[in-house]
Formats: sequence, C-alpha cells, structure tokens
Amino acid sequence: MAAGAASGGSATTDTYKEARNWLLLPSWAVLGIFVLAPVCMMLVYSFLTKEFRGGVIWEPSLAAYDQFFFDRGLFGDEPAKIEWTYITIFWRSIWQAGAATLLSLVIGFPTAYFIATRPERVRPFWVFLITIPYWVNLLIRTVSMKFLLRDQGPLNDFLIGTGLIDSPIHIVNTNFAVQLGLFYSYLPFMVLPIYAAVERYNFSLSEAAADLYAPKWVTLRRIVLPAIKPGVIAGCILVFVPSMGSFLAPDLLGGAKNFMIGSLIEEQFKGNAGNWPFGAAASMILLTMVLIILLIFARQQSKAENAGS
Amino acid sequence: MSERMSNAIDVRNAVKRYGDFTALKRISLTIKDNEFFTLLGPSGCGKTTLLRMIAGFEDVTEGEILLYGDEIEKLPPHQRPVNTVFQNYALFPHMTILENVAFGLEMRGKSKSEARTRAGEMLELVQLSQFAARKPSQLSGGQQQRVALARALAPQPKVLLLDEPLSALDLKLRKAMQLELKHLQRETGITFIFVTHDQEEALTMSDRIAVMSAGEMQQLGSPTEIYEQPRNMFVADFIGETNLLEVSVDQVMNGRAVCHLGGGHALTCNSVEGIGVGSKVHMSVRPERLFTTDVPVEGEALKGRVVENIFVGTDISTIVDLAEGPQFIVRTSNSERGNKRIFEPGSEIFVNMELGAGRLLVD
Repeated sequence: MAAGAASGGSATTDTYKEARNWLLLPSWAVLGIFVLAPVCMMLVYSFLTKEFRGGVIWEPSLAAYDQFFFDRGLFGDEPAKIEWTYITIFWRSIWQAGAATLLSLVIGFPTAYFIATRPERVRPFWVFLITIPYWVNLLIRTVSMKFLLRDQGPLNDFLIGTGLIDSPIHIVNTNFAVQLGLFYSYLPFMVLPIYAAVERYNFSLSEAAADLYAPKWVTLRRIVLPAIKPGVIAGCILVFVPSMGSFLAPDLLGGAKNFMIGSLIEEQFKGNAGNWPFGAAASMILLTMVLIILLIFARQQSKAENAGS
Repeated sequence: MSERMSNAIDVRNAVKRYGDFTALKRISLTIKDNEFFTLLGPSGCGKTTLLRMIAGFEDVTEGEILLYGDEIEKLPPHQRPVNTVFQNYALFPHMTILENVAFGLEMRGKSKSEARTRAGEMLELVQLSQFAARKPSQLSGGQQQRVALARALAPQPKVLLLDEPLSALDLKLRKAMQLELKHLQRETGITFIFVTHDQEEALTMSDRIAVMSAGEMQQLGSPTEIYEQPRNMFVADFIGETNLLEVSVDQVMNGRAVCHLGGGHALTCNSVEGIGVGSKVHMSVRPERLFTTDVPVEGEALKGRVVENIFVGTDISTIVDLAEGPQFIVRTSNSERGNKRIFEPGSEIFVNMELGAGRLLVD
C-alpha cells in the first residue's frame, strides 16, 4: 500500500477509498436498521389510521396531527379550535428540559473546571467518581430520588432537624422535582464534554490575560469561556435532548400534573388505550423540534469553532 | 531614595520552594532602569521561576521584589505594571491580531477606539499592520512572536519580561529577531528582562547577564566580563567553549598566579579572589586564544599531537592530545590562516597561550 501510495497512482487512492467504504458498511447498517428505519416507520405510522386496541389500519389519514393541534369537540363535528392540551405539554417539556440543562450547567461547569484543573494523574479518579452513580439503573435512581425528596424523606428530616424549616417542603410532584430528576439523570453528559474542553484549554492564555491587567472574572468571561464554548454547547445538547423526551423522571417525580411529552408518547404505545398514529405524530413533532434546536446550537458551535481555530 | 528609584527591579533574598524542593536559593539582584538584562542558565536553573515571580504567576516563598522602589511581591499579576512575552506566545485564538494587541490597553481603562488606535500603531512598529484583521492561527511563528511583543509593549509596561521568546524560531529568524528586540528596547527605553538558555543569544543582546544554575546565581556581569572573566567552573563551561586544565597553585601575586601541571610543567595565568597557594584548581583557556606552532614560542608552551582538524565555517578547530593533560581545542579563524599554520593530524606540535589567556577558576 505504501509503495502504491508512493508511486502516486490515483488508482491506489480509489482502491483505498473503496476499501474504506466497505469497512464503513457495518456502521451504516446499524444506523440504517436502528435509526433510519424506526424513524421512517414512525413517519409512516403517523399518517395512518388508528386501530382501537393499538396498532394501525393501513389507511392514510391526517387524524393524528389534527388531534394534536385542533379540538373539534367530543364527536368531531364542531368547528376546529386550537387544542392547547398537547401544545402545553410540549411547551412544558421544553421548559423543563431547559431548566434541567441550566441546572446541569450551573453545577456541571464548576465541577468540570475543578476536575480539569487537578493534577493530571488524579483527574481520571475524579472522572471515575462522577460516573459511580450511573452504575445503578436509571429507574432505581429516580425512585430513590423520590424517597430522598418526599415530605418525610431524609432531606426534609434534615432541614427540620437543623431548624431551618418547621414543616416539610413539598418537592415531590412539582416542576422542580422533575428538573432535579432530569438534572441528576444527565449531569455527566454536561460534565464530561466541558471537562474535555477545559482540559484542552491552554492555561497560559489565562496568565497572559492576567498579565495584561484583566481581573479574574474578566479573564473567565473574555478568554476562558470563548475557548471552551464548544464543550459547553455539546454538554447542553447532550442534556437537553434526552431531557426533552424523558418520561421516567416526570412520571415518578412530577405526578399527573407535570406530564411531559415523553410520557404522552409512552402512553400511546403501552396499554389498550393506545393510539399509535397519535404517538407517532407526537414523536415526529418532538423530533422536528429537537432538530430545529440542534441546528441552532450547531450553528453557534461552528461559529465558536471558527473563532477558535 | 533617588538612587533606589533608578533601579527597575530589586530582588532581595528571594526564595522559592515547592514542598521540599528549593527552586531558588536566596537570590538578590538589581536590574537597572533601561537595561537589557538577561537571566541565563540551563533548564531547571530557576531563571523562569524568577521571571514568573516578577510577573506574579508564582508566589514568593521568602524575600521581596521591588519595582522602581515599590514592593510588588504580594500583588496579583493583573495589578503589576509589567508585561510578559510568553514562550508559546499565548495569543488569544478567538481574537484578531488587533484585538489581541488592544486587550491590555482596554483592561487599563482605555476606550475601545483609543485602544485600537494605539494597537494599530504598535502593529506598525512591528510591521504587521496588514495582518490586523487576521486570527493568530493565520500567522507564521515569527509573525505571532512579533504580535506577542506588540501586545506586551502596547500598555507601556515599566518592565518587559521575555520568557525564551525566540526558542521556537529557526536560526535565521532568531538572529533577525535578536537585533529587532535589541532595537526595540533602545527605542522604547523600557527595561527588558530576558530569559534564555542560549548563551550566544545572551551575549549578543544583553547589557548585563546573570548566569544561574541550580537555583543560585553564579555570576553577574556584562557579556565581556562573563565571557572573559568567568568566576567559576560552571560559568566557564556554560558560556562558550573552553579548555580546562587541573593545576596546583604555587604562587599568587597581583592577580597573577604561577602554577604547575601534574607532570611539573609550569604555567602563569590570571588568578581570582579566593584562591590560595597550594590549592588544586582548574585553569580555563578559550580555544581562540591558543595557537599551534612546531617550535615553542614561549617557555610555557604545551607539547602535544594533532588528532584532527574540523572545519566549522568561519573557523578551524584543531583537537590536540596534550602530552601532559587532557585534549585541547585550538581555534583558528579562517581569516588568520595566512599567518597561522594548520598542522596535519599526527604532527607533533606545541600549543601556545596568548598573554593573559589562562584563568584560574573556583569550583
């Protein structure tokens, strides 16, 4: 191969490319089977008619999308009004996921910064510590979160014990509980990319800024943050996207009032009351929203990278 | 007071310890106003630590640092009116060249437009005006180096600190930058403290040099003093090339000493303080102050045999096996080849010292 490359024949390059394409085949197959095919199925299902006990009838229909956006009364014969139920759930999901992302950022950034500024040989240990809670199943972690936060749970006991409060704070079944749950579920996805970015950061830039009369916080804002922005954006995406479609934390910690889009979709596919086309349509709407948000992020990211290069 | 004010930097009994390791062992030195001062030494000698202590990046374990009479060792770096040119330049990658140079000015409270105007002037000074809108990554190493210089000079620091700024450049560029730096220092009138491990660079550029080793200052002096009158073994060996002979001292008088080699051959040379009669010390003699002949020119000429002649561009180095001592290097400038003879390898010859060329060293 090396000899061929040295002779500079374009034929060699072509064979090389061909071999590379074949080697990529398994990845493409996995992506095709497990990503592309389900999405296509969802797309198709969302435009079909529902079967009452789950499943679909192969008859094209816009009923699922219609149901999501419009209210035509109980029997479907009234003039169409905007249906706010699902849009509200949707909006709540964005809001909850956003709040969880912000919470992760506020806690995750200093954590990542701390780890990345430890001596090099102890850094893996700190990263390892971050991952420990994630050896336990997400469901169990979320349930134990509920036990921790409930009115007679250790948190409230502690706060009452210290005399800070007289009666328990109701956390479970609030938006905040959901945000906490999401934050707890996805924190490492915030910490790790930021950690990687800070670790790559050249700290002599901070010294240079200090040398040029910049106080610490100005250095952080004008020198450090722009340099690690790609890591921060990646962390935000990695927390926001799964939070948005999450159903465990909202179900277990939020209760019925704090329904999120993930739970809505889950409900359409499980149990007898299911409505597959509607679940598929909600999924497609979720997917579209996430894609739009990702595109906005990605544009930010490429801007940051252009600036960084 | 006025005398004190004329010193740019006073380092007094500065000690730096990292745990059990002492990086600087009680250094005291004075750097004069408007001086090109060089800290020279091998890596790990503490020169960069000292520079970083002046900049404020390292705490001072013990001692004081004064900048034009004011104690600064407790101030954070951003409150010290000194600027640094970093070894890896440390240009802000997300800012343009102009923004980089304007940064320090803005931080000192200049308005954005004022800072940019001044930054533009600085870029003109280092001949990089046409690159003002580019990012650092779009510039060559030499250009980045000049941006770093402009950025550090823009806020008009009282002292400019340079941490091996030329080490990443190729030889030709380095030589050009050495002259440019020297000119900039003269033009701006700012005190420069330059850190390097390159003795040639230090000799070329400096008004005074502090030679450091193992956290201690070995010698402080002008380039000529350091080169021609090295105080000890380390300095003689580190600065330039030298020949060393082990001698016993027989007599010391008026700065001159008479000594003898192991085999009894007598030599006269310059002595330094702290060398007594009877002591066994080293004598150093620079290769260019030796010449070879087939008959001894003076009584103290050393007998030897030519091993090899090495052509090194401007000079020829002749390696001689001394009959009474180690190998010597004799350097003959090519311009002198008319009146000095180069002997073939194997020739039995005599190595003669110029008057006053030999010098005793303390260990």
